[in-house]
Amino acid sequence: MEYRFKVSCSKNRLGDIRQFIKKVLEKHKVSDLEKNTIVLAVDEVCANLIIHSHNCNPTEQLELRVNIINKNVTFDIIDKGVGFNIENYKEPSIVDIVRQKKKGGIGLMLVRRIMDDIEFIEGDKMNVYRLHKRLLSK
Amino acid sequence: MIEISSKLEEGIYYIHVKGEVDASSSIHLDESISQATQNHKKILIDCRELEYISSAGLGVFMSYINELEDKDIRLVIYGLSEKVKHVFQILGLDQLLTIKSTEEEAKYIVDGI
Repeated sequence: MEYRFKVSCSKNRLGDIRQFIKKVLEKHKVSDLEKNTIVLAVDEVCANLIIHSHNCNPTEQLELRVNIINKNVTFDIIDKGVGFNIENYKEPSIVDIVRQKKKGGIGLMLVRRIMDDIEFIEGDKMNVYRLHKRLLSK
Repeated sequence: MIEISSKLEEGIYYIHVKGEVDASSSIHLDESISQATQNHKKILIDCRELEYISSAGLGVFMSYINELEDKDIRLVIYGLSEKVKHVFQILGLDQLLTIKSTEEEAKYIVDGI
């Protein structure tokens, strides 16, 4: 089953993105704990794209497509911004982040820990950030 | 949506965080902790009504770890729900920050008894 949601590139819309993902996962009876971590991973990717690829420009859009087949859920986050190859992201160490008193830098670390697979597909007209998770609780 | 309130009680500065801390709202948590660390040595963060936290919120807490040590400030987070606590645990941040279940346990730590 596929679910779709389009949203403008504003940080204020992150709550709407989370609500959309939550409702989809609730329909498929995903446990609260697992639902929260999956929502977090999608939120992190969307926040990164909204802030870094789209400079919080509300005239630009992200599209989310969620496909759930049995225990496999795939999230496609689609945009037309400057592509960011999420697969090549090099993780900083937590120790360095603490020492440098940085407030950012751990979002994609969380995504990697939560999701089973992360893929970046760069097209001529759009980029797809694909997150895959095999559900534990469904 | 986030709501933050604070109070000073028996020498302990309380910050109550309600709602969701994400990339759009984490600045309010940051401002609140920044203000607290300038004037207080005993800080409790009441998270009983914190429903969600993303990396932006975790990052705020992480950014103060060194300052807390340097200034000998005791900051304790308490009342995390299971799902929010799990987010701290994913990257092991529960080992870098002081997190307690109840207000009583948290007060015990900041009072240094």
